[in-house]
Amino acid sequence: MNGPLVLGIESSCDETGVGIVRGTTLLANVIASSMDEHAVFGGVVPEIAARAHLEAMRGTIDAAVAEAKIRLDDLDAIAVAAGPGLAGALMVGVGAAKALAVSLGKPLYGVNHLVGHVGADVLREDGGEIELPTVALLVSGGHTSLLLVRDLVTDVVLLGETIDDAAGEAFDKVARLLRLPYPGGPHIDRVAADGDPTAIRFPRGLTLPKDLIDHRYDFSFSGLKTAVARYVETTENPSIPDVAASFRESVADVLTKKAVAACVEHGVNRLLLGGGVAANARIRALAAERCAENGIELRVPPLALCTDNGAMIAALGAHLVARGVAPSDLNFPVDSTLPVETVRV
Amino acid sequence: MILAIDTSAGTSVALVGDGIVAEAATADTRSHAEHIGVFIDRVLTDAGVTSSDVTAVVAGIGPGPFTGLRVGIAAGVAFAIGRGIPIYGIPSHDAAAVGREACSIVSDVRRRELAWTTYRNGVAIAGPRLTTEATLSTDVDLDTFPEVRVEQVSAALLATASQNRLARGDDLSSLRPLYLRAPDAIPNNGPKRVSG
Ligand SMILES: [Zn+2]
Repeated sequence: MNGPLVLGIESSCDETGVGIVRGTTLLANVIASSMDEHAVFGGVVPEIAARAHLEAMRGTIDAAVAEAKIRLDDLDAIAVAAGPGLAGALMVGVGAAKALAVSLGKPLYGVNHLVGHVGADVLREDGGEIELPTVALLVSGGHTSLLLVRDLVTDVVLLGETIDDAAGEAFDKVARLLRLPYPGGPHIDRVAADGDPTAIRFPRGLTLPKDLIDHRYDFSFSGLKTAVARYVETTENPSIPDVAASFRESVADVLTKKAVAACVEHGVNRLLLGGGVAANARIRALAAERCAENGIELRVPPLALCTDNGAMIAALGAHLVARGVAPSDLNFPVDSTLPVETVRV
Repeated sequence: MILAIDTSAGTSVALVGDGIVAEAATADTRSHAEHIGVFIDRVLTDAGVTSSDVTAVVAGIGPGPFTGLRVGIAAGVAFAIGRGIPIYGIPSHDAAAVGREACSIVSDVRRRELAWTTYRNGVAIAGPRLTTEATLSTDVDLDTFPEVRVEQVSAALLATASQNRLARGDDLSSLRPLYLRAPDAIPNNGPKRVSG
C-alpha cells in the first residue's frame, strides 16, 4: 500500500462522514445520518442537520480512526468539504477539520464536495487510477449537476445543473403528494415497481428545442412536481403505482438523456453516476441501456461511496497531495455555492 | 496548558498555563469558520509551544447564535481528538461571572432575544434562559444580581472558570450547546393544493 494517508470530513448536507484513504485504497468510511430526524418535516431542515453534525463529529472521527487502524499522527493531510452545501452544516466540518489539522500539525485541503463525488470513483475495488475524461451526473437531495472532468485538479467544467429543485427534492415532494414516507426516492422506487411508466405522460423539464438553446444540460423538476400534484388532485382514484412509475420515468429519462448527450457531444465515452439518487433502480437501468447503445462506459460507485461520505473527500484530498497541489490557507470560509471549477479552496 | 475556545459571540481563543500565555480574539460575529484555525495556530506560535504541550481543551457551549457557536465546539472536539486529551464544555456566561460576587450575565442571542444567567460567586443560580429587553427586569432579579451585559466572551476567563468548576468537582463532560430554542421547522402536514 502506498500513496498519501488522508482523513476526509464531509458535512455539507444531512450526512456526517469521516473517511480515511491511503492513495486510492479505502481504509474507513464512517457515516452518521440525520435523515430520520428530517422525516417529519418532509425534507432536510438545515438547523437540525447542523446540530446533528456536531453531535456526530466525535463519534465518526473516532470510529473512522479505529476502522482504518491508523494513528492520527501518521496522516499526511486532512481534507474537508468546503462547499457547495448548507453553510451552517459545512461550518461544523470545517471548524473540526481546521482544529484537527492544527493539533496534528498537518496540511489541510478544503475541497469541492461535488468534485469529491467524482473522486469517489478511484476507491472502487475494481478501479485503479481514475480514468478521464469523464462526464459525471451527480444527483442527490442537495444537487443535480452535470460535470465534464478532463482533469481532477485543473479541468472540471460545469455543463449544467438544476435551475430549481434538486432531483432528490423532487422525489421527496412527490412522495409527500402520494403520501409515501421520507426520503421519497426509495419509496417511489418500491411503489413504481408495480406501475406502468407509460401510463401518464408527465412533462420532461427543459427538453423542448427552445429550452435547449440556453439550458442544453440544465435540469428543472419544479414543473414536473406541479404536474404530478395537479394530476393527483384532478383524477379520481389515481393509481399510485402508475403515478410513481410515470414520474420516475420522467426524471430518469431527462437525467440520462442529457448525460448521454453530453458524453456524445463532447466525445467522452465514460459516464460516472454519483449522489444518493444514483441508487435509484430505474435511473441506473436507463443509464446502463443508453450508455450501452452509445458505446459509453457507465461507472457507478458502490452506494456507500455514492451518497455523501468522507471517503470521497479523503480520496480527492489524497489525489491533490499526490499531485503536489499546495494545501489551503487556514483562513478559508465555507462557500455554500462553491463553483465546481474551484476544486481546492 | 489549557486551550480555551469560545465562539458564542465573536471568536476568542486562549492558551492558559500559569496565567494567560497567549490570546487571539475578534469581535466579528460572522466569520468564526474563517478565524478558528488561524487563531488556534496563532496562540500556539505566540506562546512558542506545540500542540502536544496542550493538556486539555475547554469550549464555550453558549448560549449564543448557533451557527457560530458550533464552530468553536467542533474545533475543540477535533483538537482534543488529535492530541488524545480531555475536552470540557462550559457555559459561555461563566467567563463573565469570574471574580464577581453576584451578577446577571446577559447577552444578545439575536431575534430580539436576550439570554441571561444569574451567578453568586461564580456559581450559576438560575438560567440560562431567554427573555427580551422589555421583560428582562421582570424575569430577573437585577437588584440582587446586577446586570452585566456581555458582547464578547474571553476564552482566557473561560479557562479560569473551568478550572474553578473542575476544582469544585463539577461535571463538564457535556459539549451539547445551550441552544435554548428549538430549530425553526414546521412538521409536514401533507401536500399543499396546486389546482384551484
Ligand atoms: Zn453530494
